Amino acid sequence: MAKLLRSPKIIIGLCLSGLFGILAIIGPLVAPYNPNTSVSTINGTPMPPSAAHWLGTTQVQQDVLSQLLVGGRSTILVSLIAGAAATVLAVVFGVAAGYFGGWADDLLSMLANIFLVLPALPLLIVIFGFLGKATNPNDIVIGVIISITGWAFGARQLRAQTLSMRSRDFIDSARIVGEKSWRIMTHEILPNLVPVVATSFLFTVIYAVGTYTALSFLSVISLSHWSWGTMLYWAQSAQAAQQARLEWWWFLPPGMAVGLFGTGLALLNFGIDEYVNPRLRAAGVTGRRARRAGLPRRPQLGLTPVLSGRRAGS
Amino acid sequence: MSAQAVMGADDILIDVTGLCVDYGLGDGAVHAVVDAELTLRRGEVLGLAGESGSGKSTLAYAITRLLRPPGVITAGQARFGSSVNLLTAGQRQLRGLRWNEIAVVLQSSMNALNPVLSIGTQFSDVLRAHRPEMTRATRRAKSGELLEMVGIPADRLGNFPHELSGGMRQRVMIATALALDPSVVILDEPTTALDVVTQREILEELMALRDRLGFAVLFISHDLSLLVEIADSIAVMYAGRLVERAGANAIFRAPRHPYSLGLLSSFPSLHGPRRVMEGIPGSPPDLRNAPAGCSFHPRCGFAFDRCRHDPPPLLDLDAGTRAVSCWLQDGTAMVPAELARAVPAGPAVAAGQPGSADPAPIGGQP
Amino acid sequence: MRMILRRIAFYVVTAIVAITVNFFIPRLMPGNPALAVLGRIQATESKQAIAALEVQYGVQTKTGLWGQYIQYWDHLLHGNLGTSLNFYPASVGGLIRAALPWTIGLVGVATVISFVLGTLLGVAAAWRRGSWLDGLLPAMTFFQAAPYFFVAILAVALFATKLGWFPPNSGYDTTTLNPGLDWAFISNVLDHAVLPAVTIVLASMAGWTIGMRNMMITTMDEDYVLLAEAKGLPTRRVVSYAARNALLPSVAGFSLAVGFIVSGALLTEIVFSYPGIGYLLFTAIGSNDYPLLQGIFLIITFAVLLANLAADFVYAFLDPRTRQEA
Repeated sequence: MAKLLRSPKIIIGLCLSGLFGILAIIGPLVAPYNPNTSVSTINGTPMPPSAAHWLGTTQVQQDVLSQLLVGGRSTILVSLIAGAAATVLAVVFGVAAGYFGGWADDLLSMLANIFLVLPALPLLIVIFGFLGKATNPNDIVIGVIISITGWAFGARQLRAQTLSMRSRDFIDSARIVGEKSWRIMTHEILPNLVPVVATSFLFTVIYAVGTYTALSFLSVISLSHWSWGTMLYWAQSAQAAQQARLEWWWFLPPGMAVGLFGTGLALLNFGIDEYVNPRLRAAGVTGRRARRAGLPRRPQLGLTPVLSGRRAGS
Repeated sequence: MSAQAVMGADDILIDVTGLCVDYGLGDGAVHAVVDAELTLRRGEVLGLAGESGSGKSTLAYAITRLLRPPGVITAGQARFGSSVNLLTAGQRQLRGLRWNEIAVVLQSSMNALNPVLSIGTQFSDVLRAHRPEMTRATRRAKSGELLEMVGIPADRLGNFPHELSGGMRQRVMIATALALDPSVVILDEPTTALDVVTQREILEELMALRDRLGFAVLFISHDLSLLVEIADSIAVMYAGRLVERAGANAIFRAPRHPYSLGLLSSFPSLHGPRRVMEGIPGSPPDLRNAPAGCSFHPRCGFAFDRCRHDPPPLLDLDAGTRAVSCWLQDGTAMVPAELARAVPAGPAVAAGQPGSADPAPIGGQP
Repeated sequence: MRMILRRIAFYVVTAIVAITVNFFIPRLMPGNPALAVLGRIQATESKQAIAALEVQYGVQTKTGLWGQYIQYWDHLLHGNLGTSLNFYPASVGGLIRAALPWTIGLVGVATVISFVLGTLLGVAAAWRRGSWLDGLLPAMTFFQAAPYFFVAILAVALFATKLGWFPPNSGYDTTTLNPGLDWAFISNVLDHAVLPAVTIVLASMAGWTIGMRNMMITTMDEDYVLLAEAKGLPTRRVVSYAARNALLPSVAGFSLAVGFIVSGALLTEIVFSYPGIGYLLFTAIGSNDYPLLQGIFLIITFAVLLANLAADFVYAFLDPRTRQEA
């Protein structure tokens, strides 16, 4: 566990994710203005950052920082809910398919494959297109709907892992002893799948952030529902990037926020990956230690390094 | 300087002295091979015996610089012939040597063949890399020849590795190894993954090929009884050190190291009186925390005080024809009877002799 | 080729599921929105338009649900995707047909470039581990995490607005040129395609690179790679021994990635007002043009399934182990 925390990827990943987690909680509380209110109605040009508006204003003089903070909570909340819901689905379907095999496996695998192949965004556009205009769904509903398209990948991975574990001795012995299936799945198999579940969760959250932002950007999600994607919609429709005076304070913060949030999660994922698969870590004879010993910096295949000491190779 | 050097320096193909190989660097480094010595002569079959983790494969790969990271060679010398220093050779020099002079056959043939290329393509790659003057037709013909040489019909050239049986794949490996007529073939447990019948077939074919083509063999195996049948001389390794080196007959009939004695006592023989089987008590040491002194002493029935403190050097015996790393043999201690048997003349194993390991030895021994 | 046949069967099933889902979604939503739309346009549209829509959405028809379903299939198999609301009386099929070549050209080319570049970079990063290439990975991770359209906005901001190297929108200069096979038009098209293509490549490359790198590292540990080195093969050949095998999961994963790339490309088109399916989709959303929306969904789905099938063919070609009769 301690080794896990020593990896720089994990540390940076944790910091970034933690930062955004805090943002999600306190964001709307710390926002200086209401993101909807226009500070003035005369000025039709977005204003650059100033003392009163740290991230400047939009075309209708709304405070960008407030939009970022309020939108942040929605964006992060939706992604986390989607990630959690999808992971639950993935665990249930994936482990069941892998454990029971037979026709249950065939059916669930077919279902997973269909959902994997169906392009997610267009499907969600159709669903939200019909849904979102009449009602204004809250974050939880949005998250759950997005999770419908996000569970299949994790389910496949968990199924594969369950299959390989199923043939192991300790599962057989549990069966012989007479443990019930669901008990075996929750107490024997699942604890060993924790790293896979963790990476699956992180991966799905990243997917959900991108998808939710895209849906908001497309205005398929009601525009009164503040999120980073909505900010980008307004920025794009005002052609903020095409103006001679680049209104960078309008489109850069929400985009960077999404990117950094995703990067933080991805780094966490890499870190866990490296922990689980030690081959991905740099092999033991690299870097400073190698250079001090007089070895080439990177290990080369077929050219085993020889320490250039007094005795070797002379 | 090994006393064996008196036998014509040109004959020596591989000469290794004082080789030390570690995994990793610094304090956590594992000393996989310590002060290893090896000499391989033209046409000789040298067996390298030892348990898993004894360092025998590490030694062989280190010599050819094929050891994977985090392996590092930390001391010693390794020469090929009289001119090539294997440890300082650059990529180009090594590439010229590789397969031309030194070929390797790995243990698991399934993993050793590229699954997405046909056998013919893999042969062709070797030929194209080293014999650029050959045309495609010539290469194809030669590849067919090589397959026939190991008893596989040439029309299988188009097959992929997964379409062949385990025994056939291993034969393909051997054929590939002999493609450029090398002077040394290193075999790393080539038959361990096969069933006994196929094992025997392949070993017989291998030895027949050796008689025909005259290459030297470095045969790595944990099966000492096998080595006794096919090798001219045997080197036994334990915990990364060479503990005994002698002719096959000498080791089989008259071991000098307690470990060799223990190994030999572990095989039942098909003939002769029934014996109570003895294994070697204990298990091989953790190389990160090797015992002080002789690394075998915790399991040795003959250990005395000196063994616990000083690691024994490799001592020459019998006018340099054999070597042992044991304090019992330094001339001062009393040698127990089991370790002081006389070496009978003649081959290690003869057909029908009592105590022989197998009634049908390989290698064409009378 | 039993594997290919099985895949085709699977894709057919998936297509059927997609079509069925497409049929049912409007009928499942709370408060039939089709009605709401119809209500809105009742005053302005012609009787035929309204009748057509009612049929399409099952409003006030005498045929039951199953009958409507059959009718729906009947229309589809005749290539009838309905009539657009916003662009009435243009047919959905016609609109899509006009926009599709732009998208296919852009996405097709960009995806191929992204795959090739990304994979090569991944091979290099794995082979030369510990070199400066490792430093690229965090940057690539960021580009992958950032939404396609944000990368597009950045590209526009930097290369179009600030530096003025490329035009910021459209597929070609509509004010001065007319479509034709002359060089002036083609070069203009290419000029307008650069930024959208670069966006797609940048945003999708990281996935290939990181995946290939990780797979190469695992593959390089295999015995046949060590043996290739032991055989004295030239470095290029040794690398290809590893790469040919490491490539397989990437090709298999291509099927998954296609869906994402297509979605991302659609978003990119919006930023650039590129006259492809994505932009059409955007206008459909904005104008509540449900028939068009649903038609686009189906076409995109079919395209993705076709791309998957192509990837399956390539995989079978690359991996001889799949060719044996299971």
